[in-house]
Formats: sequence, structure tokens, C-alpha cells
Amino acid sequence: MNAPLTLKDYETDQEVRWCPGCGDYAILKTIQKYMPTSGISKENTVFVSGIGCSSRFPYYMNTYGFHTIHGRAPSIATGVKLANPELDVWVITGDGDGFSIGGNHMIHVLRRNVDLQIILFNNEIYGLTKGQYSPTSKVGTRSPSTPDGSIDAPLDPCSFAIGAGAQFVARSIDTEAKHLTPILERAHQHRGASFVEIYQNCPVYNDGNFDYVKDKKTAADSRLVLEHGKPMLFGADNQKGIRLNLNTLALEVVTLGEDGVTEADILVHDEGNKVIAQMLTGLESGKFPEPIGVLYCAETRKAYTEEVYDQRIAVREARGPANVNDLLRSGHTWTVS
Amino acid sequence: MSVVEDMRSQAEEAKVLDGVVVRFAGDSGDGMQLTGNNFTEATALYGNDLATFPDFPAEIRAPAGATFGVSAFQIYFGADDVTTPGDATDVLVAMNPAALTTNLKDLVDGGLIIVDTDAFTDKNLVRAGYTANPLDDGSLDNYRVLPIDITKQVLEAVKPYGLSHKFGVRCKNMWTLGLTMWLFDRSRDAAIAGLKKKFAKAPDIADANIAAINAGHAYGETAELPTGIEVYKVPRANVEPGLYRNTTGSEALSYGLVAGGQLAELPIVFASYPITPASALLHTLSGLKQFDVVTFQAEDEIAAACAAIGASFAGSLGVTSSSGPGIALKAEAISLACATELPLVVVNTQRGGPSTGLPTKTEQSDLNQSIYGRHGDTPMPVIASSTPTDCFDVAIEAVRLATQFSTPVLLLSDGYLANASEPWKVPDFDEYEHFPVKHETNPEGFSPANRNPETLARVWAKPGTPGLEHRIGGIERDFVTGDISYEPANHHKMTMIRKQKIDGIAKFIPDQKVDQGNDTGKLAVVGWGSTYGAIHQAVKRARAEGKDVSHIHIRYMWPMPANLEALLKGFEKVLIPEMNTGQLVNVIRAKFLIDAKALNKISGQPFKIREIEAEIKAQLEGN
Ligand code: SF4
Repeated sequence: MNAPLTLKDYETDQEVRWCPGCGDYAILKTIQKYMPTSGISKENTVFVSGIGCSSRFPYYMNTYGFHTIHGRAPSIATGVKLANPELDVWVITGDGDGFSIGGNHMIHVLRRNVDLQIILFNNEIYGLTKGQYSPTSKVGTRSPSTPDGSIDAPLDPCSFAIGAGAQFVARSIDTEAKHLTPILERAHQHRGASFVEIYQNCPVYNDGNFDYVKDKKTAADSRLVLEHGKPMLFGADNQKGIRLNLNTLALEVVTLGEDGVTEADILVHDEGNKVIAQMLTGLESGKFPEPIGVLYCAETRKAYTEEVYDQRIAVREARGPANVNDLLRSGHTWTVS
Repeated sequence: MSVVEDMRSQAEEAKVLDGVVVRFAGDSGDGMQLTGNNFTEATALYGNDLATFPDFPAEIRAPAGATFGVSAFQIYFGADDVTTPGDATDVLVAMNPAALTTNLKDLVDGGLIIVDTDAFTDKNLVRAGYTANPLDDGSLDNYRVLPIDITKQVLEAVKPYGLSHKFGVRCKNMWTLGLTMWLFDRSRDAAIAGLKKKFAKAPDIADANIAAINAGHAYGETAELPTGIEVYKVPRANVEPGLYRNTTGSEALSYGLVAGGQLAELPIVFASYPITPASALLHTLSGLKQFDVVTFQAEDEIAAACAAIGASFAGSLGVTSSSGPGIALKAEAISLACATELPLVVVNTQRGGPSTGLPTKTEQSDLNQSIYGRHGDTPMPVIASSTPTDCFDVAIEAVRLATQFSTPVLLLSDGYLANASEPWKVPDFDEYEHFPVKHETNPEGFSPANRNPETLARVWAKPGTPGLEHRIGGIERDFVTGDISYEPANHHKMTMIRKQKIDGIAKFIPDQKVDQGNDTGKLAVVGWGSTYGAIHQAVKRARAEGKDVSHIHIRYMWPMPANLEALLKGFEKVLIPEMNTGQLVNVIRAKFLIDAKALNKISGQPFKIREIEAEIKAQLEGN
């Protein structure tokens, strides 16, 4: 028996070339550390990426890897799975790559439920092209292409994913390995398309963008850590919670003990509840805490490639062995003598 | 004399013709394609050589009676070497005024017109742009007209089956088929068997259609037809003995991809997005799951190309297919496959361009796109099929080149080849040579940049192989290690080696042969793709008149066969007929400094034999 693999086995000899302090480093380390425990051998692991800072990721993972073209990683990864459904395939993408130029593919890879782990490094900015605003940038973002502030409304990747029919949707934070690791593990175990959004700091072009969630001092009030079966409580002493207002059918923040609110009024997180998951992704930043954790997880459908191969097996059983000479002679033939 | 004897003697007296062109034309809902296909089958069974060409409208269901909704099917059948669907029509079956007006210009003087008089209503005449009924105003005096109230005849024939008026009228096409079969002495058996099979679940519909065929046939036998309209004999062609079937180019190409996968001993992942006229490949291959073929209808053209590339990275052969506009969308992905040197087959079923252009019509205007249409220095092999049956072998060749040279290959077909059909002497697949792909498995000395010293193909190591974990990507790679490299000298070297690899394919393809005529002489007519049939006949006719002309048809568009330059330089003149503005002409001029002459046709219609014949004469006289 070979010695068990460690983080080191997943490092390559390539110099990691992200800017100093980039959130990508932390994510790389967390994934490299997780991989030996993934239960999948190195040779059966494939990382596919598009274009952007985060998409350099495969070069640093000592597995099979394909750094492809802008926005198309989900399609390339779909092809990999169609050719060999046994492979364990990870897609690494960014907010511009996955949701601007590659938005169409993102819809379809999620809707089809291709068995992939899709990891979005969301830094809400274009890094590699030097700092333009992205489709997830907050309104008012000043950038080289929006010197007076961006105007268009950003999209929420998790909301997009649920809308597209994703069966596993989660959110985590670059530097918080303790939170991120179990989420990666869940995503990995999930059969079908698993979508994980990671808030990633870009210290060069969008520094501190996620400090409101990350800052230890304010974190308790600014984030809602979701756990299946647990009430949605937050705040320093877990004294605040999320309640479903049955009159407005909207979520609201309440404080335990105020206005007769008790823990029984607080929503209990149910990963299988798509409606609530969608509501959670739509909470207004600032007014509400930022939900992190597994927002939605259902396994109501088989993974796409499994279905593809099931159908194929059924057809083969019905038709018997295939032979090109028979195929060429199928349909109407006649003999000239 | 008994009736039977009388008929037999009639048949003996029947006029004998070397070849006939029949065109069935009607509303797109009239079932003309089905009629044509049935007639084709009967003709093949009869033993004529033949070629067919369906001409679809772009609209799926245009309003009844509209000229832009006319759907036509042309068949040329004869006793000898048929390679085109024919220049001019001898018999036109026109189911309404729109079908008559849009197809009349191709009818020979004295040609026969069969019309359904019931459809010549005021409304339909106006829709077709007639101010007077052409059946009455003498405008068809140049032709022989057989006006029949087909609708009435059909309704009468199907009456016993209790069909509604609507369904009864739908049998019109079968009645017409029956009449045409009588006219050319074809057997109805195959069509009748086909109807029984097709409507096995609705026997009354099958019976009604069969009754319609028989009634049409009986009409020919019994009705008093104008003199000169009688049974024609088209003697059997002297075709090579063997087992035959009919095939369209799309069908043969699909089968060729399956066959190529087996010869390469590789599974195929075929990823495509619907587009006219290329979709038939996706349809055919998705029905062949018993073979090692996975099909994928992607969300767009780009995704289709990318999924195919992903499949190749994973060790299968990725194939993607489209028509010109879709190939344009795939271009960036194809360049990625060029950069990463992964096998990939890209099929372009060309149509009239640019943009949406003429989606249902044929053209050869994507040669430039195929050879040059990518960013960066990205040469890749381009090969073209020339006839529907040739699509089979060309598809196999595309698979061979892609897998043996780790490169994308562009396979050019076109709307004509895709839809046209011809009899195919079914090859014996066991006689095809295998070219098995061996994926790398040995970690010793492995680098993803390793090359086969002979072919320069990059090593193909697939995920799942222990010890060969590696990364590839679109960023330039080091010549030795395959790692990212921004080194100026390395980029030069890598660009050159990719080019050398593609240029070097010329050593692994057959020399260019002369299809007809001598290896040197006054005039070479050089073609590529679906112009084959028309050039073949034109050169044959010119040669029969003693003219010094040869036909050379190129399959390998890039790189070209090693002997092509010398071969072409052995002719005083080179004429290149193309369904574009002269794209091959430019390639030949640029590569070989040969002053080739162009003959261009960009009407969405294939060349007629006489158009090429006339130009051959002009070129030879202009000496
Ligand atoms: S630009 Fe931003 S996201 Fe890109 S590597 Fe630098 S810090 Fe990271």
C-alpha cells in the first residue's frame, strides 16, 4: 500500500503567480489540503478552467488539468464527463468568466445537472484585464471602465444557480478553510452539478470588498451561517434570527425576546426547500446578514451523464451488438448481378 | 387480343430514352419529397443509375399556394453514368400554380407538364402571380400539358376507406406517384410495402394511400391520354454488380464517422447544435447508440465545439458539426484545439452565405473560412467530399488525420451533398485498414509536449492514466516541458512546429490523381466538393467531342497533395468552377503562381453540366 497522499502531492512545480495577498492562494491551499481526503485518486481528478485570474488554478494542481478559453469551462468539462463519466471533474471559474462571457453555459450545465464541482471565485471585479467592473460588482463600483461608478445591477450567482435548476448551491469565504472544507466535501459528494460560490478578495482591484462579512469584529452580525435543521440565528449571542412574515411572504430580521419573539418563530434551515433558498439569496446586503453555507441541496434528479449512459445501455440491450457492415446494409438494398 | 397482351405490346413499343429528368413540385405540405423518395427507390430497384436533388423552401410551412413555399424533388435516371440530378427537366409534376411558375424555366421545350387542375383556382393563380390561367391562355404551348383533376380522382379512389376530405386530399402525392410510375414502367411494390410498414398502426390510411397509387397507375393505363404521352423505357444502366443502397451525403457522412471511430478504435463524442442543413448528422448519429458514439445537443455552437474538445482531452474523439455561421462561432474553440494539439473533427455542411444567407441552398463559400478563418497562425487540415457516397470515405479520412496528427480537421460538405442521394455500392467494412490509437501510458520520460518524430503528433495521454497527470491550456507551452512559456524564441519554435506538422501531412496522403483525361494537356478543369458530378459530365462530353481536357478533383484542400503543383503546371490552362467568387482559384494562385481561371456560380443552385461545358469550349477556343 502506498503512503497516503498529502497536500504536497497536489502541488505542481509551477510558481504560483497570483498577486501577493490574493484570496486565490487560500482557496488553492484549502483545495490541495482537501484533495487527499476526497477518496479519488490523482489520476482520476481533472480541473478545468476558463480565463481569468482564478482560471490559472489547474496549473497549480498536480492532477489532470485543462486551462481553456473564456467562459467555456463548463462546456469543456461536460465533454470530459461525456467521454469518461468515471472522472472526477472540477470547474474553476470567476465572476466574469462564469457569469458574463460564459453565462449561457453556466445555465445549461446546471440545468442539465452534469456531475461536476463548479467553484466560482467571486471577487466582483475583472482582475486579469486590470480592474474593470464585473457582472457581480455592486452598483456604483468605480473602475477603469466605470470611472463615475457602475450603473447596472449585479446578479447574484447563487440565485442564478437555483434559478437555472442547480441541485446543490452553497456559498463560502476564501480564507475560512474551516467553513469552506466541509462545503467542498459536500459538493464533492453530491451527484450532479454542485455550485459553490466563494467570496474572494482581490487586494489589487477590489480590496476589502467582503470585509463586511469577513471582519471578525462584525462577522457575527453580518453573516448568517446556515446549517441544515438548525434555526437561522445570528448575532453575537445568537439573539437575532430570520422569520418568515406570513403576511408579506418575505423574510425579516427579528430579535429574540422582542415583541414576544421566541425561537419557535425562527425559520429552521431546510436545505431541500428551494423557495426559502431563493429568498435567502435575494436578501438585501446591509439590511440582512449574508447567508453562507449550503443554501440548497436536493437529489431529485440523476446526474446527466449517468442518464446518458443508462439510456445507451438500454438501447444496446434492445438492439444487440453493433456492426458497421450491418449498418451499411440497413434499410432498403438491392442486388445488381 | 386480350387486355394483357395488348398492354404488353404497348410496352414493347414504348419509347426508349437514355435518361430522363423528372421533377416533382408542390406546396411544402404536398409530400413531394416523399413522392420523390418513393420514385427513387423504385428507379433504383429497376436498375437505372440515378442522382436526386431535393430543393426545400426555407419556410417550414409557408401559406398554401405561395411561391416561396414550393418544395421540389428532382431525379435524373438513365442507362449510363449519372452523376448530377440533371440540367433541365423533361417531366414536371406541378401540384399548383406556384409550383408551375417557379419550376417552368428549367423545363425543356416539348417537356411534359402534369398538373392538378383542381389547384388552379383564382386564388392560387393570383398567389402565384398569374393574371390568366396558364392552362388556358396558350402560354404553355411550347410544352405538352397533361391537365388532370387529381384531387377529384384521389377522392374517388379513397372513398371506400372513409377518410375525411382533408386526409383524402393528402393522398394526392401517392396518386401522382402511381401515374409517374406508370409513365416510366416502375414497379409499385416497394412503395406499397413501405406504406404498409409506415402506417402499420393505421391500416386504413395505408390502404387509402395504396389505393391512390394504384388509381394513379390505372389512370395512366386506361385514360385516353393525348398522343405522345405513353410508357417510356429507360434501359437499365450497366452498373457494377453488387449490393446497393441509396444514400444521402449526410447519411454516408454519419456512417463514416462511426466507421472511422471503429478504425481508430476510439469512442466518439459528437456534439452539435441544430442548424440547417447540418442537423441531419446529429439526427442520424443520435439514433446509433448501439455504437460507441455519444451525441450531445449543446446549448450553442461554442458549447458544442468545446464539449467535443473536452471529450478529446478525455481520450475519445470529439466531433462537432455545423454550417458556416456556426463554424464562425466555433472558431475560437477550434484554435484552442490547434494550440493544445488535440484531435477534433469539425464538419461544415456549407450553405449560401454570408450571415443567414440562403440556409437551404448550397454553396462552397466557406473554403477561405476553413483554411484561414482562425486567429493566430493556426493551420489545420481541410478535406472536402465530392459526392454523397464519397462522404463516407472522407469522414473516415478526417478521423484518421485528426487522430494520427493530433489536430483538428475540417471536413467540408455542403447543402447539396447533404440532401442529394445516389445509389451506393455498399463497401465491405472488413476491408478497411485500421489505424488504432494508442494513448500514452508510460510515465518514463513523459512530457505532454512529447511528439511522434515522424508525424510530429503530440502525445495523447488521457485522464485516468496513473503517473501522467499533466496540464494543458491555451497559453503558449514550452517545447520540451509543456509548461507555460512566454519565451520569445519558444513561441517562434512552437508556431513553426505546429505548421510543419500540418504541412507534413502532405507526405501521408495520396498523390493527386487525374479523374478523367491525360496528365498533361491543354486544359485541366479543377474542382473540389460537390461540383464533381457536373464537371465529370462536362469533361466527358467535351472529351467525346475530341477536346483535350482533363478533370482533376481535389479532396485534400489543406495541405494539398505533394504532386499537385507539378501536375497543374503540366496543363496550358487551368479552369476552376466553384460555387463561390473564386476561393480555390486564389489558393492555387497564391501557392503555385498558376494563373487559374475562375468560373463562378453563386445562385444557391448546383452547376449545370452545360454551363461548365460552355466554359470549357470558351477556354479552349480562347487559345
Ligand atoms: S488581480 Fe486580484 S484576483 Fe487577480 S491575482 Fe491579483 S489579487 Fe488575485
